[in-house]
Amino acid sequence: MTEFILIVGMLAATYFVRLLPFALADRMRLPAILENALQYVPIAVLSAIIAPAVCLPEGYFWIDWKNPYLMAGLVSVIAAAIGRNLVITIFAGMATALSIKFLIV
Amino acid sequence: MSRASWQAFREGAYHTLPLILGAIPFGIIFGTLGPASGLSVEATLLMSLLVFAGSAQFIALGLVATGTPVGLIIAVTFVVNLRHLLYSITLMPSVCHLPLNWRLTMAFWLTDETFAVAVSRMAPEHRTQFHWYYLGSALAMYGNWQLCTLLGVTAGQWIPGIENWGLDVAMAVTFIGIVVPQIKTRPKLLCAISACCLSLLWHDWPHHTGLIAAAIAAVVLALTAETMGQKKETSLKTGSKTT
Repeated sequence: MTEFILIVGMLAATYFVRLLPFALADRMRLPAILENALQYVPIAVLSAIIAPAVCLPEGYFWIDWKNPYLMAGLVSVIAAAIGRNLVITIFAGMATALSIKFLIV
Repeated sequence: MSRASWQAFREGAYHTLPLILGAIPFGIIFGTLGPASGLSVEATLLMSLLVFAGSAQFIALGLVATGTPVGLIIAVTFVVNLRHLLYSITLMPSVCHLPLNWRLTMAFWLTDETFAVAVSRMAPEHRTQFHWYYLGSALAMYGNWQLCTLLGVTAGQWIPGIENWGLDVAMAVTFIGIVVPQIKTRPKLLCAISACCLSLLWHDWPHHTGLIAAAIAAVVLALTAETMGQKKETSLKTGSKTT
């Protein structure tokens, strides 16, 4: 029962945030400055997810070449900048992380 | 569904495939960790079906394992998902013409990945089929998430320690593959660098609030840089006129 309440509560909290602007979309027009600002949202949010995920994978700063997350991140930044192909970037990053984890360290 | 709608639907799903690749380890690890954190197998599956929010689900597992009260877990879910507010505001111009039913449906499937794919289809020429494109992407992500959760609660239990292999790095490298090619102007570069630095600086704020603050601050910085760049350009232009 507690589990059910938990899941329904999480559903409500998640859906509310996702829904609110969509529900108001036909009645509200965004100010021009905000509309222009939105072009930066994908880069800003994803970057703010990426940096802590690779620099603090265990919750504390781990700046070392033995950190597979950090090295995978660096390699995939280079791969993405050169190749501009998402699949190649993912494989390059994963290969880096797994080889550090299982072969080197 | 018209032929053009079906085409857009398929394209949406197809363009999401690389991102699905990055989400697979996450779904499997979630399925593996669910029962290990004290959630029943049914609740683990139900959470993926109804909540469908990767990072919030992971954080909830961590909180369940430490015996956190349900109300607090729900509140944390709300805060962790606040970034979806930024996503749905960004997509508003592309959904404002749609009937409410469509918008209610689309909102349920909003994720980092579908947002990243759909945001590239906001040009006016794609407006008429935007919702089908979005739905193709969303259902591909949703189907994959359910399969991977199922795989995690079943097969995942047979591979001991799979959650410690570090496969979750797939999310970070997928997002890197999305962000880096988008950095085409100086304000965008500034935006990426400042979001990285600020999110590291504010990483210990409670419940990932630092993430949202860093993202908003980075957007403001990028806008300021853009405005300053334009001013410089206009002053150069007017300067050349006078000489």
